[in-house]
Amino acid sequence: MPTYNITVNGDKKAVDASPETPLLWVLRDHLDLVGTKYGCGIGQCGACTIHLDGTATRSCLLPVSTAEGKNITTIEGLSDNGDHPVQEAWKAVDVPQCGYCQAGQIMTASAFLKDNPNPSESEIREAMHGNICRCASYNRIEKAVAMAAEKMS
Amino acid sequence: METSNKITFSRRNFMRTTALAGGGMLIGFNLFTACKEAVKPPVDIADLNFNDFNAFIKIADNGMVTIFSPNPEIGQGVKTSMPMIIAEELDVPWENVHVAQGVLDTKNYTRQVAGGSQSIRFGWDALRQTGATARQMLVNAAAAKWGVDASECSASEGIITNSKGETLGYGDVVKEAAALEIPENTALKEPRDYKIVGADAINVDMEKIITGKPLYGLDYKVDGMVYASVLRPPAFGQKLSAFDDMGAKAVEGVSDVIRFGEKVAVLANNTWSAMQGKKALKATWSDNSSLENTEDHDKILTEILDGNKFETRREDGNVKKAFAQADKVIERTYESPFLPHNCMEPMNFYADVTDDKIHLVGPIQTPEGTANRVANMLNRDVNDIHLEMTRMGGGFGRRLYGDFVMEAAEISNLAKKPVKVVFSREDDMAAGIYRPAIKYRIAASVKDGKLTGYHLKEAAINSNMYGLIPHFFPAGCIDNYKVSTANHQSKITTGAWRAPYTNFLAFAEQSFFDELARELEQDPVQLRIDLLQNVKGNTDDRIQYSGQRMEDTIKLAAEKGNWGKQEEGVYQGFAAYYSHNTHVAELAEVVMKDNFPVVTKVVVAVDCGIVINPTGAKNQIEGGVIDGIGHAMYGDLAFKNGVPQATNFDEFRLIRMQETPKVETYFVQNTLSPTGLGEPGLPPAGGAIANAIYNAAGQRLLKQPFVKHIKAEVKELVG
Repeated sequence: MPTYNITVNGDKKAVDASPETPLLWVLRDHLDLVGTKYGCGIGQCGACTIHLDGTATRSCLLPVSTAEGKNITTIEGLSDNGDHPVQEAWKAVDVPQCGYCQAGQIMTASAFLKDNPNPSESEIREAMHGNICRCASYNRIEKAVAMAAEKMS
Repeated sequence: METSNKITFSRRNFMRTTALAGGGMLIGFNLFTACKEAVKPPVDIADLNFNDFNAFIKIADNGMVTIFSPNPEIGQGVKTSMPMIIAEELDVPWENVHVAQGVLDTKNYTRQVAGGSQSIRFGWDALRQTGATARQMLVNAAAAKWGVDASECSASEGIITNSKGETLGYGDVVKEAAALEIPENTALKEPRDYKIVGADAINVDMEKIITGKPLYGLDYKVDGMVYASVLRPPAFGQKLSAFDDMGAKAVEGVSDVIRFGEKVAVLANNTWSAMQGKKALKATWSDNSSLENTEDHDKILTEILDGNKFETRREDGNVKKAFAQADKVIERTYESPFLPHNCMEPMNFYADVTDDKIHLVGPIQTPEGTANRVANMLNRDVNDIHLEMTRMGGGFGRRLYGDFVMEAAEISNLAKKPVKVVFSREDDMAAGIYRPAIKYRIAASVKDGKLTGYHLKEAAINSNMYGLIPHFFPAGCIDNYKVSTANHQSKITTGAWRAPYTNFLAFAEQSFFDELARELEQDPVQLRIDLLQNVKGNTDDRIQYSGQRMEDTIKLAAEKGNWGKQEEGVYQGFAAYYSHNTHVAELAEVVMKDNFPVVTKVVVAVDCGIVINPTGAKNQIEGGVIDGIGHAMYGDLAFKNGVPQATNFDEFRLIRMQETPKVETYFVQNTLSPTGLGEPGLPPAGGAIANAIYNAAGQRLLKQPFVKHIKAEVKELVG
């Protein structure tokens, strides 16, 4: 089984996995970083969203072999103390219900706001449209992204 | 029920205390059941077990309070709201309270079930009484220390004060309090004095959720554990004939392939390999040529409605006569498909079955019943089972059923290894226990411009509405009223889905009342209020809802949503429904965008009695309304030769951000005992938007999902 050298949250890791193994399962099963969630495995729900060189990426569709040499950020590495403006906004708005999809929502929102720090309401709705929340906490997700944007700009 | 501040039963048998060896006081208590004779809570917090008590409160010698929350958390917020009730009566600052997961054993864990929006309703009295009794013990201990009478002392915010103004913190007297006799007849607070109940408290697991800490069943891991991916019959009703596991065993990481019953498990050292191994299995299935199709169900349910083989579930007056004498009879048929639950966290469970014990860990809404089933299946003593619950990534009814726990236990028993069964999304959607397809036919008789009779018929797959539903609105409002039900037995497994039956019934009835109002040339809101006058003073104790509470709720929604005063281009629709002991009214607004109706706003009024945690309560309502809209608009699961035709989110459409309206929630203010919120926000949503869509586009939607049935003509009507 080949060894892949990947950089996760600033740490270099060597993992033995078959080349097509999605990064999602490498993170969860090989590296014990379980904050990144499995939801659908086909890039439809966004629960597995991570940052790949700063870009929001679905880790369930990303073979580990293509992640070599790239900087991977997961929810565990988004901030040192859970105090990224997006995480702070999630607290302030009391977003989660079951909470399962929220890591993916936060990773999508934080990458989006880096590229677009002053989004309109419709831009927020469009940016977050790819992430499913089965508890339908959408009103609060929208509000928290707007609040984080305000803090960041 | 008006909230009572009088103790109605002895607490002596319901709680016990000990002084902890490391300092502090530990209170063990049981909701609803007495403690066994002679049991005491442990003196070391590491020895907490939930066999003798179903919850614990630790008060440390620095005054900090830890509450081991007694109910499973599926996202409905009880892990936050139930401890708030204890903290209120104990009278400690909420910042000094830490909530730990009730460490997860099951036996004697009464009402350790999340379902039916009942956790708060059943826990209200016991949680208050436990908190108040503990506070009184601390006051008694302080009074003894001062040598004064306890009646001269009071407690607030974790501090006890005597008549001279001297103070002691709770932590200063825990050791003494733990040794005291448990007092009886402790007074509870008046609702107007509440400081914690009624104030916003954010989700107690917030930090862990937003930083990605392990919380859920899927995150649970122990050394030496293997992952199992299970191949199940693709069609409901099929059986396994044979399988070839050569391809599966060739997948790197796969260790075993095990047949159990009609299923085959592939075990591997990581989830991905187990899933790949399962895909590589070659299996043949026997077809008993009675595999079911949606078209067959459709035909059968219609035949049931057209026939006369019904069970009468309630009958008032003489419906037949009312219909015979009517000037006009209006009849409509409403249809809904099967629905999967689609919890974001797919079904999964950990099992380690050994000769000594059975260790089960994961997300389950019914730990006690499931442990019993596992014991029966493996022919073991239930006392061998230790079942731990994790936080759940959604439930919606699916995790009431322990099928995935049974699978994990059976595989571990055969493999002699600790095993975690993980459903792929496709497994989760295709091996469901679905909301059954249902058709309702509603008929009403009109005589001299008045509603004289009402007949609701239900034809459902597998099972019918539960016992209380025939006594929901409009039972008691119409002299001649009848509810009839019948079902068809199917091989497709069905079960509870968020607000069972009413999730669709409320749409049917609330759409029907909208149409009826037009027929009677009445305002739809006024028609409901007029009808509700008839139930007031009704002495039939089978009737579940309150006419007055429903009327107040309807009026609040109509007022806050400006019923009848919409802006140009905005179309309103109204629905109101009682379910799960809570009254809810919803006013939806729809606009036409690109000739398609779009729901932009829903104003909700709720009477759930005292609101424990307003932010959590609103979150439940916002989610329930949007969930209800999403499934009414898009939810559809068809079957072809017994095989579900959607197995992932590319084929099954869930509502997403751009399709969501803004939800505004208002609570009816009263001091009645609290009721649940996980479910009752959902049922009225479908009716409210269908009625608004009618006003916007002129089309009556009778079938879900709406998106399939919104006609092309709608475009012409507005175009």
